Amino acid sequence: MQLSRISRMVLAAITILTLLYIYMPIAVVGINSFSPSISMAWPPSGFTLEWWGKAFVSEGAMQALGTSVVVALAASAIALVLGTLLSFAIARFKFFGQQALNLMVVLPIALPGIVTGLALNNLFKSVLAWQLGMLTLIIAHATFTVVVIFNNVVARLRRQGGNLEEASSDLGADLFTTFRLITFPRIKSALFAGGLLAFALSFDEIIVTTFTAGGGVTTLPIFILNNMYRPNQAPIVAVIAIVVTILSLIPIYLAERITSRDET
Amino acid sequence: MKLNKTASSTIALSAAALLVLSGCASTDSGATGMIQELGDNEAGISILAWPGYVEDGTNDPAVDWTSSFEEATGCEVTVKTYGTSDEAVNLMKTGEYDVVAASGDATQRLIAGEEVMPINTSLVANYEGIFDFLKNQSHNTVAGVNYGIPHGYGANLLLYNKDVFPTAPDSWSVVWDGASANAGKVTAYDSPIYIADAAVYLMATKPELGIENPYALDETQLAAAVELLKAQRANVGEYWSDYLLEIQAFTTGDSVVGTTWQVIANVLLGEGVNVDAVLPKEGSTGWSDTWMISSKTDAPNCAYRWLDHIASPEINAAATAYFGEAPSSMAACDFRDDCDAYHAGDADYAKQLWYWTTPIAECLDGRTDVQCTDYTRWTAAWQEVKG
Amino acid sequence: MTTSTAEVETRLTRRISNFLYQRSRVGLALLLAPPTFWLALVYIASLSALLITAFWSVDSFTGDIEHTWTLKNFATIVGESTYQAVTLRTLGIALSVTVIDVAFALPVAFYMSKVASRGWQRFLVISMTLPLWSSYLVKAYAWRSVLSSGGILDWILTPFGIPSPGYGLEGTVITLAYLWFPFVVLPIYTALQRVPNSLIEASADLGGGTIKTIRSVVVPLIIPGIIAGSIFSFSLTLGDYIAVKIVGGATQTLGTLIFTNVGTANNLPLAAAIAFIPLGIILVYLASVKRTGALDNL
Repeated sequence: MQLSRISRMVLAAITILTLLYIYMPIAVVGINSFSPSISMAWPPSGFTLEWWGKAFVSEGAMQALGTSVVVALAASAIALVLGTLLSFAIARFKFFGQQALNLMVVLPIALPGIVTGLALNNLFKSVLAWQLGMLTLIIAHATFTVVVIFNNVVARLRRQGGNLEEASSDLGADLFTTFRLITFPRIKSALFAGGLLAFALSFDEIIVTTFTAGGGVTTLPIFILNNMYRPNQAPIVAVIAIVVTILSLIPIYLAERITSRDET
Repeated sequence: MKLNKTASSTIALSAAALLVLSGCASTDSGATGMIQELGDNEAGISILAWPGYVEDGTNDPAVDWTSSFEEATGCEVTVKTYGTSDEAVNLMKTGEYDVVAASGDATQRLIAGEEVMPINTSLVANYEGIFDFLKNQSHNTVAGVNYGIPHGYGANLLLYNKDVFPTAPDSWSVVWDGASANAGKVTAYDSPIYIADAAVYLMATKPELGIENPYALDETQLAAAVELLKAQRANVGEYWSDYLLEIQAFTTGDSVVGTTWQVIANVLLGEGVNVDAVLPKEGSTGWSDTWMISSKTDAPNCAYRWLDHIASPEINAAATAYFGEAPSSMAACDFRDDCDAYHAGDADYAKQLWYWTTPIAECLDGRTDVQCTDYTRWTAAWQEVKG
Repeated sequence: MTTSTAEVETRLTRRISNFLYQRSRVGLALLLAPPTFWLALVYIASLSALLITAFWSVDSFTGDIEHTWTLKNFATIVGESTYQAVTLRTLGIALSVTVIDVAFALPVAFYMSKVASRGWQRFLVISMTLPLWSSYLVKAYAWRSVLSSGGILDWILTPFGIPSPGYGLEGTVITLAYLWFPFVVLPIYTALQRVPNSLIEASADLGGGTIKTIRSVVVPLIIPGIIAGSIFSFSLTLGDYIAVKIVGGATQTLGTLIFTNVGTANNLPLAAAIAFIPLGIILVYLASVKRTGALDNL
């Protein structure tokens, strides 16, 4: 686009400032993970590797990480199935109630977390008389992540139209073959991008989780929250946050490559 | 923190001895539904407790007082932690937990709801060593029947920055009438139960209100407390709810005076922050927690043995030190070096404390001519104070 | 043997396939059934149950819910000035957060999408996505450090003669705007990516200046993206109670009110009634933006 040199520079400056702003608190977390102060009070009073050593032998932290991964994987898997089915229905058919359904899928994420959490908590505990646990947590997370799969896939389906599928079936392929050979390869990257976002949303969710996990299930955010209430080892939390952030570069990078390859 | 073999077999032996003794004494016990003797241990128990009360080494390999119990008794322990007393009451209603560690604002509801069973203290060998002022209190004993074993207790203290207060304040007035001197740097505990702290101050400064018990306030008395809290609100910089928040605020100087727990003061002193904590002359609120056994348990033997285990001096010392409160017995202080800081066993100190209790409509101070304000009312009042 | 089984299977799938193809309504029903049942049974049912609960009350001693119909909770919310003040304050915070986020997200997303080189663009997208993965709680506590007296914000602002805003309303707005920024910038970026460069060039060729091109060509096309982002920042703000506790000082919001009532006071019916305030606000917002197609961009 034709922009004057000055406007380009102004835009670049704003972007760089925003980038600094985004990473400043993350840098604070990184610095705190080396601070001997167990309360992570600013400014740090020295340098220690104690927390890094402790974090990697903390069984509780490892278990919580494992729980979070299991919950996020299970929730994303359910959301992938439900979201994909729904996007095919909406993108390939016209039917009564389409608008309402569209709104219904958006609601769980558009409504504030505390409302969703409270409503699900009430459903599980008071209406169904279930014990809160892993199952209720996965159901809750799947419910609010369906929308990100749905939106990614439905956008892809709309852009592509159904011509290729029709051609395929005209040439004698059955529905399943068509899906396997034509449809799936073309929505694969949308599924991956949506699934990754669903995983990320579930992985770091704390409010709905507080209301639907009960006391026995400790996800990583709950572990972090509990450690803030018992600050014998608060800086361990800083270490974990930094490690998770760095590890997440891998899936994000992969997603970026797959989606950008797709667009070119 | 693991018990050595001798210690654990001593516990097992004393439990066995008690079993015989109580078997003999059982005939003259009057309470119904009370277990008179212990039998063989069941497979395991599930325990409901505050975070930090039952540690099995998963959070910190060095913090573990559950494995020794499992080894000694063969009772497998599963733990569920809860965040509020209300959650504890609700979870106990499911009948899925054998043992609960409950605060005073939950114990009475558990007893009234018959969720917990009477405790035969003669089956708990370590009960004898527990401080007398913790026994037979309204939050663990009803109509002469004991429902639990005391665990640990603590006071809500006044924390102050020594740069701002060169001489130690001896009155809560620095956070009430005199709060404006440190406007924006006063802190308070973020819970409706904090209304009782205002009531404790009013008991000393406005005797004409006739407050006898800070948890038994009629409408007029509550209104006076709310007025005091609203005046304080203008000077409050932060209401704290978890202790990291207060530790950070006092370290950076964002807060200079306010209510605290001993464990917070200890952390701050350990970090070299120039603060101190005192129990002001008006007395204060505090907490005292109790181990109780579910009335629906199918593992009473393991449950009783856990109660004895957690009341044993070494284990009680470890658990209460980790949480940051005074232990339940003097013998526990042999295993802790910070008992003085917590005023453990100081009966006069303990007498100045009003342990957390749920305010109910029926006045706790015995008045029958008025209705008192209940916790729901307090919650509404607290929200009104915060605005 | 095996061949014939496979043949049977192939024939069977073909038969099913043909059946579904000829009766596409059946296919539609099969596609719709699982997600519709899930959303209706799990979500709509739970919201309805919550609405019903709001008409009940709690026995203050036993903590049990009394199943007798009452309008008491709604009367409390409407009647007491605390709730009005808190609702207005929460709305104010949500609006400020949204305005700040959109104001920063627009130039940043524009730069990422239309100005930056390919490699730089990829780097920026990854940089903007990464914070989604670093714990919300840890970032909120980090802001507590940044905002404290003697904290980084103090270092930066003191030379200009401004003290750090500290913990309170301003601190809450700054922290929440920070936390939700990725949720706002990414939908706007995606929307900008879909604006063809040829369209912008055509506008320029026809004599439209930069400002005019942006205003009359780009903005209308990315409005759905902006609204999608604002739904995130708005709803996340309305529902937050944890960050508010960490950096809010003495600030009370709808989130903290709901949490206190259900967590500390065990008054689920009142909490349910209060929950209908943010729910109502969001529903009104969703209804007013539905036409723009923003809901497809979440």
